[in-house]
Amino acid sequence: MGGGKLVVDRVRMAFARRRGEPVVALEEISLTVAEEEFVAIVGPSGCGKSTLLRLVAGLMEPTSGRMLLDGREIRGPSADRGMVFQSYTLFPWLTVQRNVEFGLSLRGVPAAERRAIARRFIAEVGLEGFEDAYPEQLSGGMRQRTALARALANDPEILLMDEPFGALDSQTRQLMQELLLGIWEHAHKTVLFITHDIDEAILLADRVLVMTARPGRIKKELVIELPRPRDISLLTSPAFMAYKREVLELLHGEALRAERGASEVGAGG
Amino acid sequence: MDLRRVLAPKEEIPAGLRLALGALTGISFLALWSWLTYGGLVRPDFLAPPHEVLTAALRGLERGTLLRHIQASLLVILSGFALASVIAVPLGILMGSFQVVAAVLEPITGFMRYLPVSALIPLLILWVGIGIEEKIAVIFLGTFFQQLVLISDVSARVSKDLIDCSYTLGASRGQVVTRVLFPACLPGVMDNLRVTMGWAWTYLVVAELVAANSGLGYMILNAMRGLFTDVILLGIFVIGLLGLLTDQIFKWIRRWLVPWSPAF
Ligand SMILES: Nc1ncnc2c1ncn2[C@@H]1O[C@H](COP(=O)(O)OP(=O)(O)OP(=O)(O)O)[C@@H](O)[C@H]1O
Ligand SMILES: [Mg+2]
Repeated sequence: MGGGKLVVDRVRMAFARRRGEPVVALEEISLTVAEEEFVAIVGPSGCGKSTLLRLVAGLMEPTSGRMLLDGREIRGPSADRGMVFQSYTLFPWLTVQRNVEFGLSLRGVPAAERRAIARRFIAEVGLEGFEDAYPEQLSGGMRQRTALARALANDPEILLMDEPFGALDSQTRQLMQELLLGIWEHAHKTVLFITHDIDEAILLADRVLVMTARPGRIKKELVIELPRPRDISLLTSPAFMAYKREVLELLHGEALRAERGASEVGAGG
Repeated sequence: MDLRRVLAPKEEIPAGLRLALGALTGISFLALWSWLTYGGLVRPDFLAPPHEVLTAALRGLERGTLLRHIQASLLVILSGFALASVIAVPLGILMGSFQVVAAVLEPITGFMRYLPVSALIPLLILWVGIGIEEKIAVIFLGTFFQQLVLISDVSARVSKDLIDCSYTLGASRGQVVTRVLFPACLPGVMDNLRVTMGWAWTYLVVAELVAANSGLGYMILNAMRGLFTDVILLGIFVIGLLGLLTDQIFKWIRRWLVPWSPAF
């Protein structure tokens, strides 16, 4: 496996439990994400999606296997892998401006430069005029916009997103999807994006990976050959529906398996 | 004004009503006190009537003794509290977020928390004598371990995602502690300092139980020997008022220090 910005090579993750067998969250998972590619991962609840992303972020160590970014092995977290969480993770004591500057200030970027970069990304996510607001005063959508700007301002090699719009209402979510599409289509970041929302995955991604129920593996890979630039109107097109049907069927089978698996684990453990 | 709304749980009431009800409590209290004393239901050496407490206050102010007692008590309370806070805040924050620190400290805090401070006074006298150090030590011991436990709780509740997010923004472990964990704890720390400041006041009389020659606690204990209930009541009122004042000051400091976090 040479090519690929991000290479996940036979990564296995088992969580030790105080009693009983370890929980195997991921079973020998392998995937690559190419430079400037947008890859979305969908899978049944509890299949290890967040675990996979946290491993890539370096927030946990895999039980076995290895991960490479630009050919270098991932060891621990670093600013070259930015992450946006589902939960609100803005620093409540900092204004929008200061939140976006946070990563830069850690690296000692001079104040004037920091301010200019932050302004640019605040504008990019459409939050001009809210620079001096505290997170407490922002709606959920605005908080996630700020979190996105904060991650982008750090100029990471890859952007990891764990259901970033999962807590938002459906209208706000659509706005955020359009925003992300716009940003990605001209910034061309490499993105690994996790979601429950099939529409979201197909709309945004170049490739959708469908995971199996726990222990998670990649069940199927779909290359989404919808033209770019994309927008919300695609959601009702026949090509989109065809992809959606395929993903739905794959996921439905896995959901059934997950239910059965859960009851077996329950009976066995 | 709809009575049903006023008497429903968690409903706002008008500010005027709130003030009126507060005033009513104060007036009822005064009325009850006057009725018991002026009505002759209780002997004056059991409970002094209001005007005697007032004259005791004026007398104390005139002679300067009251101010001296207040100063002495403030010195003891503030020193003990400041000393406890300066150590308990950083240590508590570390204890709540580093299992190593928690493992080391938990046996001591778990044990010390439930010890009545008065039980330690004999030892304190042996170790630090009967001077002001002993009094400060009582306040210190009364607040320190409580602060430690409360603040470690605050620290433990800081979201793991917030910490993880800081790492992905490039923070080192040291930066996570100083630039994320500490500020994230600040509102909770301020709230708990305010609460424990109140507790510090409750240890005042215990602190001045032994070999004191000034302070509000001493004033009360001394008055007890002569059955001067007016002075006893005066001492109690002054402690209550000073407690209220420090509480208010803490509210102000909190609003000024953490404007981004709404107080409750
Ligand atoms: N720190 C941990 N310790 C023990 N088990 C864990 C831990 N983190 C996750 N797990 C388990 O690993 C499995 C996968 O969890 P993970 O959070 O990665 O799933 P997910 O696909 O993100 O789920 P969801 O769709 O609900 O977000 C779950 O069964 C979970 O209980
Ligand atoms: Mg998850």
